[in-house]
Amino acid sequence: MSTGYEKQPTAFYALIAALVVMSVGPVLLMFINSFKLDVDIISGTSGLIFLPTIQNYETALCDVLWYKPDHVDHCSLKFGNAFINSLIIALVSTVLTLVIGCMAAYALVRFRFMGRDTVSLSTLMVRMVPPAVLLVPVFGLWNNEFCIGKTTYVGALIRETFGGRGDVCLAGTHSGIILVYVAMNLPFVIWILQSFILQVPRSLEEAARVDGAGPFQVFFKVVLPLIKPGLAAAAIFTFRIAWNEYLLASALSDRNTKTVPILIVNNMSEFNVEWGVIMATGMLLAIPPIIFTLFASRQIITGMTAGAVKG
Amino acid sequence: MRRAVANRLTPYMFMAPAVVIMVIALLYPLGYMVWGSFRDWDPSQTIGEAEFVGLKNYVTLWHDPNFRESLGVTLSFAFFVVTFEMFIGVGLALLLDRNIRGMSVLRTLFILPMMIAPVVVGLMWRYMYHPTVGTFNRVFEAIGLPKVDWLGTNALMSVIIADIWQWTPFIFILSLAALQSLPRSALEAARIDGATGWQQIIHIKLPLMMPVLIVTGLLRLIDAFKVLEVILVMTEGGPGLSTEILALRISRTATEFRELGVAAAMSNYLLILLLFFTVSMFAFTRWQEMRANRLRTAVEEDE
Repeated sequence: MSTGYEKQPTAFYALIAALVVMSVGPVLLMFINSFKLDVDIISGTSGLIFLPTIQNYETALCDVLWYKPDHVDHCSLKFGNAFINSLIIALVSTVLTLVIGCMAAYALVRFRFMGRDTVSLSTLMVRMVPPAVLLVPVFGLWNNEFCIGKTTYVGALIRETFGGRGDVCLAGTHSGIILVYVAMNLPFVIWILQSFILQVPRSLEEAARVDGAGPFQVFFKVVLPLIKPGLAAAAIFTFRIAWNEYLLASALSDRNTKTVPILIVNNMSEFNVEWGVIMATGMLLAIPPIIFTLFASRQIITGMTAGAVKG
Repeated sequence: MRRAVANRLTPYMFMAPAVVIMVIALLYPLGYMVWGSFRDWDPSQTIGEAEFVGLKNYVTLWHDPNFRESLGVTLSFAFFVVTFEMFIGVGLALLLDRNIRGMSVLRTLFILPMMIAPVVVGLMWRYMYHPTVGTFNRVFEAIGLPKVDWLGTNALMSVIIADIWQWTPFIFILSLAALQSLPRSALEAARIDGATGWQQIIHIKLPLMMPVLIVTGLLRLIDAFKVLEVILVMTEGGPGLSTEILALRISRTATEFRELGVAAAMSNYLLILLLFFTVSMFAFTRWQEMRANRLRTAVEEDE
């Protein structure tokens, strides 16, 4: 592989440089601005000559910092709390989607009681549904139908332990948001994992079975380790959606379960935008996906091509 | 005997969690929405209390000029976005399909825009489009060009540009993958026969890539109807209704105007539109496979 790189004309490298600047530029701009004071951003002492400051990050994270920054009088932005909510929701929904999706994909491939056509059709169908379409029904159901009455035993128990009034409903809880995300991501995950499980040789499983392993053992000890690349790709895609999603989270969350995207949108829509702070929060939200991209771009590309080309 | 029963039940046990979750959180809500779209439904009511009004919501929407404008904005957004992204993405793939050092680094950098949260993308572009503070107008001013009112009079164009920035890499990556899996023999043969670069592209590469390109384009089209956060952060649908795509209108109807029934009916219109695209895409891939199979058997019979 190391041999045979062709020499290209200079214009070609110029084009590549331009493309790189275009795709990374905006992100870099945000990164730089998040270290500037608002005065510097607005006055336009442009370029790289400025005194970097972490004030914006201090303002954003004021509710989880162990010290009180001088420039913050009142900690209005509960970013730390939202960050923790986002983490909980994204991580739990990723793990759940992977476990459940993995089992379903395995069953579909190995026991083939449903055609591949059915799966790919349903994957496509679900991929088609925009989150905005789910907004109305999910809002109605999670608030009114998926509830435990406060007079029932479980409901009363929850109300006694956690406080609050009214019936215990899915809306406003982490689990409510997680449930939607798992359902939204499952078809895609099943689809990707299916193509990986197809490549696991059947003889391996049969050997394990002859040695006395039950179906569950075969699945967890033989199949799972072999499809790690597929799992990685699926995990990144699920995490990305759960981490970035705004609309459904905003409909389902309450004051305490807000996620980071909601916080950013709420602070954007105010008339006078504090650019520095908002860019710092944006940067914090963008960091996990950026890290994934830098370290697992191969898996991402595999997942993307598998999900699209074979779909 | 018991073991045999257990073995037969295993697949269902493996499938059960996935099926249960999808039914509860996807199928049931969709059915609930269809049901709700026939009702005059307020967020404070449960669906049972809401009055049944038949097709009224659908008819009202059909004659609502705002809904029509919103539909028009959505369609033109999707059309322009997909067209430009296809041309630029495929063009770049053809151009960059060379054996150069650091291609994997390049691809990594290119997928960055797709991975970042749409909310953050909207934020970045809103800053860059800002009339006085923004990067673009500053640069324009510095080189002596007139300022552009990006998110004002040209809002739809600006939103389209931001989406092109974010999603062209998707087309690029997929068409590059398609290019690199083309049969080398066909390209070799063409080169030996003295085909120029352009001839190779037009007569060999593009036709061979076509199935993948069409699927990619349709996928992107379906996704273009889902774009919401970027536009919400950049323009909030304004000025006026100039960038209010359907997804945004649905969410506003539900949360601001508090008309869940109308929002549900609007969601159904959107779903029907998307269903049309999806079914045509599925039919297309099936047709492709059938044609490939027929060709293969024909070739085998010849031998």
